[in-house]
Amino acid sequence: MRVSAGGARIDRGRVLRFRFDGVAMTGHPGDTLASALLANGVHLVGRSFKYHRPRGIVSAGAEEPNALVTVGEGAFAEPNTRATMVELHEGLVATSQNRWPSLSFDAGALTGLFGRFFPAGFYYKTFFGPASRWTGLYEPFIRRMAGLGPAPTAADPDHYDRVVAHCDCLVIGGGAAGRAAAAAASGRVMMLDEGMPGADPPGVTCLWRTTAFGRYDDNLVMAVERVADHLPPDERRGPRQRLWQIRAKEIVLATGAHQQPLVFPGNDLPGVMLESAAVRYLNDFGVLVGRRIVVAGEIGGADALRDAGAEVVHLPHVLAAHGGRRVRGVTGPDGRRIACDALLMGGHWQPAVHLFTHVGGKVAFDAGRHAFLPVAAEGQPRCVGACAGELPVVAPVAPVVGPKAFVDYQNDVTLADIDLAAREGFVSVEHLKRYTTTGMATDQGKLSNLNALSRLADNLAVAPGVVGTTTFRPPYTPVTFGALAGHDRELLIDPARTTPLHGWHVARGAVFEDVGQWKRPWYFPKAGESMHEAVLREGRAVREGVGMLDASTLGKIDIRGPDAAALLNLVYTNAWAKLEVGRCRYGVMLGEDGMVFDDGVSARIADDHFIMFTTTGNAARVLDRLEDYCQTEWPHLEVWLNSVTEHWAAAVVTGPRARDLLKGAVSGCDLSAEAFPHLAWREAVVAGHPVRLYRISFTGELSFEIHSDARHAVAVWQALWAAGEALGVTAYGTETMHVLRAEKGYVIIGQETDGTVGPHDLGLGWAVSLKKPDFIGKRSLARPDMQRPDRKQLVGLLPDAAVPEGAQLTAGAADRAMLGHVTSAYHSPVMDRPFALALLSGGRARVGEEVFARFGGAPVRCTVTEAMFHDPEGVRMNG
Amino acid sequence: MLLIVCPHCGPRDQTEFSHGGEAGRVRPANPEVLGDAEWTDYLFMRTNPKGVHKERWCHSAGCRKWFVTGRDTRSHGWVK
Repeated sequence: MRVSAGGARIDRGRVLRFRFDGVAMTGHPGDTLASALLANGVHLVGRSFKYHRPRGIVSAGAEEPNALVTVGEGAFAEPNTRATMVELHEGLVATSQNRWPSLSFDAGALTGLFGRFFPAGFYYKTFFGPASRWTGLYEPFIRRMAGLGPAPTAADPDHYDRVVAHCDCLVIGGGAAGRAAAAAASGRVMMLDEGMPGADPPGVTCLWRTTAFGRYDDNLVMAVERVADHLPPDERRGPRQRLWQIRAKEIVLATGAHQQPLVFPGNDLPGVMLESAAVRYLNDFGVLVGRRIVVAGEIGGADALRDAGAEVVHLPHVLAAHGGRRVRGVTGPDGRRIACDALLMGGHWQPAVHLFTHVGGKVAFDAGRHAFLPVAAEGQPRCVGACAGELPVVAPVAPVVGPKAFVDYQNDVTLADIDLAAREGFVSVEHLKRYTTTGMATDQGKLSNLNALSRLADNLAVAPGVVGTTTFRPPYTPVTFGALAGHDRELLIDPARTTPLHGWHVARGAVFEDVGQWKRPWYFPKAGESMHEAVLREGRAVREGVGMLDASTLGKIDIRGPDAAALLNLVYTNAWAKLEVGRCRYGVMLGEDGMVFDDGVSARIADDHFIMFTTTGNAARVLDRLEDYCQTEWPHLEVWLNSVTEHWAAAVVTGPRARDLLKGAVSGCDLSAEAFPHLAWREAVVAGHPVRLYRISFTGELSFEIHSDARHAVAVWQALWAAGEALGVTAYGTETMHVLRAEKGYVIIGQETDGTVGPHDLGLGWAVSLKKPDFIGKRSLARPDMQRPDRKQLVGLLPDAAVPEGAQLTAGAADRAMLGHVTSAYHSPVMDRPFALALLSGGRARVGEEVFARFGGAPVRCTVTEAMFHDPEGVRMNG
Repeated sequence: MLLIVCPHCGPRDQTEFSHGGEAGRVRPANPEVLGDAEWTDYLFMRTNPKGVHKERWCHSAGCRKWFVTGRDTRSHGWVK
């Protein structure tokens, strides 16, 4: 009910219309949804989580456990919003939650009749049985019965911002203590407050409607600013909310305190609320919460309610509250029944120490105030005002045992549940929390922790300080996923890297594959062609004619300095010192544990200059590892590393007719096999631009890689393509590349390897130098485990039918013991049949034997082969 | 999120750094002469002290330099 005078926060000159559960109501600017509902005489606003008990508004602030509503409609709907924190705006639509068919008649409330069957630990004691019973019966039932508001199914159309800020002093809380602290602070001062804008202290940067929800190491505070939530949708501009990441030299907490409820039967009825909340509704919003009001416990400021026209009865405590959808009366301490329409709980106060404890701040129990107060410590924030314990000393009111005496409103935990947990031995406060769920859910125990642990202390006959508190963790109040995600969603969640030739691929209808952040052409389907058909066509073109691949994503590290060859000698398993200028070599890189980390070809550009090619996905990791060793283990090496991945574009021309193609586009270089052998590189000119030609083959065919400055990539590619058109040149993508390399048994790091595979397991022993005194991982190759004959080794498989990658291998069709797994599986364009690469225990000794691939259906018989299906002598590649 | 002081660039957010584990482990000059137990110790064993822990950090999104700093595992605070 709105009284005629008072209400410092509202503008009575304007009327706002809003709807709650479809009913039209009015309020004023400055109202919260809670104050406007109370002004309209609405106390019943929700149903409780477990028993579907009718619930009303308990508080006037962030601690509200009951008045959770859905605000907004459709994709804009936000469930589980505290009505006490929602600012009213014109046209606001709010809906109650967790009730069916309606708020005033909720069929789910029948569970309340069986409340004695739902004690603490009910789930643990009841829901036994096979997993199918959980997924088919228990979980759907629990989810339907217990719950909060449903999340909208459509994508959030709002957008969210993020700001990083630094200051000398950050004051959290804009009440009297916070404003005084901010005014007294020097340097760059910021002040945050959850509420509507108030007076800004001079010289202080104030963020209103901003909740500091977490404090982290080194004085970092995360806060969310509600930029537009208080505006009607058609007046919203810019982001809905803004995430603040504030690093402060000093933090001052002026976060206030929360009055605690009293515990007695019926203490959850609508119309039963905190004494301080009723005073606040009167002073700030001109709202009287009842006409006949009983105040139990400390009367505080509730005398003012009498002046506003209410009949006020003060009792030291009550034995019970009575009513249905609203409180109708109380039983006083003398056992007499007193009629009322509101009951105010004058409990003691607990400082809002959440932010204080987030980074290890300790609290100590103060018996006089019956509250946990922050303990000042070096490196912890300074607390001021109520947060520091400047609180009224309130005589404790003993809880009254009886049915439905709630300790935790939000999780429907009763006094009896706490007592039961204590009897069953859950005497640690952390165990009590997990067993009874007290202090969980969105309010995180702001109104329940103190009562719950006090009751546990009573059970144990110790002081609450002995029991202690559970650990508060961020967030202080719920934060929208939108605010946390900010702009990092959809396309902006990760950068998309494209090669200089991307436009050409798009114009050719390429289907793209994500390789790390890179967009790589996967295959180039012709009209009506399936992926399988396209890959077979592309593969045959390379084997029989000539194909072109964009290999620009290949990692490239430029290595210079007099010790460049010495570095390569230490990081690769094979020898590099004698590699001639103009030549390339394949290298395998291990971790110190001897497992394969990366592989690739490096070329000697000059005596003191190499270029190292890494796998696409590992480029940054390889550079980081080399930097680490150069800076920390081998600082005596004179060598400098630079990532040049994006400086050089790379076109692969491969196939029996690759040389013919190059002859039409390349000048300044003798392309003959004698002058330019396999694993050599030469300088040349294409389309008037200087290029480096490398004879490196990942297909097993005659291959050239043409590396050009990225700026000239398109011109170079087009000149090569034009020269190839008469030869029927075919563009191919990563899928064909994978198939062709697998036919040659070339491994892909991360596909054939998983961090447990050594070079000998892959058949790369030929690339491991036994003469070099040291290289990364060499010592580990001598560990006994690396010598085991039953290690998984790379083999080829010829299965009777297609098998998927990841299929498990067994010796017999009925065996269960796993001998290995399929790492790569394709359909071969050359053999026109399925084939695979696999890691198989003792695999090289099993060549010629049979194994079975298992993946759910009938086991598929496979013949074990060498990991080489095409041109084992390398005649074509060296041609 | 930690605030880490890069000796070259000054204080920066943790997101700019990568962690390199315990500092002070020196790669043996001649791993070949080590027994399996000694090499295993170098590869896998770390001290995990209660108290001051020297850590390697790389300012990977900044100057790319590796450096050593200390943290007290009891307080999570930086120590010289």
